Amino acid sequence: MNHILEADALTVSYGNTNILEDLHLQVPKGKITVLVGANGCGKSTLLRTFARLIKPKDGHVLLEEEKIRDLSTKSVAKRLAILPQGPIAPEGLTVLQLVKQGRYPHQSWMKQWSTEDEQIVNDALEATQMTPFANSPVNALSGGQRQRAWIAMTLAQKTDLILLDEPTTYLDMAHQVEILDLLFDLNSRENRTVVMVLHDLNLACRYAHHIVAVRDKKIYAQGKPEDIVTIDLVRDVFGMGCTIMNDPLFGTPLCVPHGKGIKCCLRA
Amino acid sequence: MHNYITVRTKSDKVSFQLSKKVAMMIILLCILLCGMMMLALSVGSDFISPVTVVKELFGYGTGEYLFTIQTLRLPRVLLAALVGMALAVSGLILQGIIRNPLAAPDIIGVTSGASVGALLFLAYATVSIHFLPLAAIIGAGVVSTIIYLLSWKKGVTPIRMVLIGIGISAFAKGIVTMLIVMGEEVRTSRAYIWLTGSLYGANMQDVYLLLPWVVFLSLFTFIIARVINVKELGDDIALGVGVKVQIFRLLFLLISVMLAGTAVAFVGGIAFVGLVAPHISRMMVGRSFAALIPISSMVGAIIVIFADIIGRTAFLPKDLPAGVFTAAIGAPFFIYLLFRTRNQ
Repeated sequence: MNHILEADALTVSYGNTNILEDLHLQVPKGKITVLVGANGCGKSTLLRTFARLIKPKDGHVLLEEEKIRDLSTKSVAKRLAILPQGPIAPEGLTVLQLVKQGRYPHQSWMKQWSTEDEQIVNDALEATQMTPFANSPVNALSGGQRQRAWIAMTLAQKTDLILLDEPTTYLDMAHQVEILDLLFDLNSRENRTVVMVLHDLNLACRYAHHIVAVRDKKIYAQGKPEDIVTIDLVRDVFGMGCTIMNDPLFGTPLCVPHGKGIKCCLRA
Repeated sequence: MHNYITVRTKSDKVSFQLSKKVAMMIILLCILLCGMMMLALSVGSDFISPVTVVKELFGYGTGEYLFTIQTLRLPRVLLAALVGMALAVSGLILQGIIRNPLAAPDIIGVTSGASVGALLFLAYATVSIHFLPLAAIIGAGVVSTIIYLLSWKKGVTPIRMVLIGIGISAFAKGIVTMLIVMGEEVRTSRAYIWLTGSLYGANMQDVYLLLPWVVFLSLFTFIIARVINVKELGDDIALGVGVKVQIFRLLFLLISVMLAGTAVAFVGGIAFVGLVAPHISRMMVGRSFAALIPISSMVGAIIVIFADIIGRTAFLPKDLPAGVFTAAIGAPFFIYLLFRTRNQ
């Protein structure tokens, strides 16, 4: 089995409008998959449906080839972790207290803090470099640190699959790269499958093994960045003209949008 | 993690963690609570020295003050403590599931529902006054159920529950006012006292009735406490981590209604304890829910006992309802809370 998550004839609606219709998608195991698309195209909806936060009107989500609807909430939580957009921590909650919550699916009334729990939480704090901040309130940290704290919580869940809904929105460039580098390391070192929604197409190209462009209720294209990110895709999916070149550092597609600028445009 | 005590059995079958700070606070509050109880037993229209109180309670005294202590004051103090605990934990649970620090048992219709039940009883009932608590509990249950059902739309979200709760509570209060205006004078004054919340006339039977509820419900909440820790992070995260959100929300609501409903049934509409006690506790020990349960209980108990002491002694020979003074303590605190959140 080389795909860990699959959407099979998925139709998702809000009220009477279909956001996604008869959508098919297979997410490759052990890779970084990024969902891209215009605002409101349904990429967040797709991610949330994958995480069973939304019930599809039709079709199925399959987790390791089992229908996710048939699995218990707790057993799914041991295999799949989701970090929703803009999570809010209650006032006064410390980083350590937050990360400990990630162990919930592995605990019970009697077994609330096993040696394993402690070890995994410590590892999660180490991996996100949040150990020095363990006793700080989450809301007192910078944007990047706060996001790392939330990611540490999902890491503590010890799942093979991590879904993240716009993990870098509202972060400045340095913090965006910091988070994406962390996710990249988690994938390459621990072979965790990462599926995330990103707004920045260029960062998506740089970090993704597999890009999925969502448009018009379906998948418009999917594949390796260098294969599918073309001028045509950008025009069809984002409604924007652009020039594509190779990123000078990584060689991945770099999309330079057309439009206005202070200086004169160098190319037609 | 040097400031935690970790308890584990061999092979990790049972394990939990306790913060040293919390352990210290619990001991401190126990001492404070006992002190407050001794104070309550000592003061009143007759001042009885604490030494005499202890002697009388354990049968070594002269019997002179036995009636005062055992029949008049002890039930009152114990009932005050139980009511304070019940309301505090009820408010704590609500603030956790509604994720709003301004939540209190009245929002889900407990106090107003109990008021309607109690007042209908006072206005129309022909049976013994002993059934008043039952009427109050039924009132609380009915109104809370109405609020829950009206908030249901493929599940209940906190914001919908709060909005509908405020509306229905207002409606219930309207009914209460109508009953008062239309009622006979004798019953009206009794109704007002009930509405304010008073421990006057407390007896040991009340204590025995309330005790198992409070103990059992608090213990049960304590056992499932970690669920609320996760729910406070939001429904999405809670679901993501494997919590059956809707089922637990209903369960916690039920517990909250039962706790507040039984407390209010015996004592009337005592206000602000459910709002204020959890906040004070959070200021002391932070956010771990399991720790907040014993701490809030004791803070709530101390507040109600203290309010009753003032009511009983500050205006002798009058015996003012404790509810006046829980409001006197609670209202300024509430304003302070609003002020603090405004600046965020």
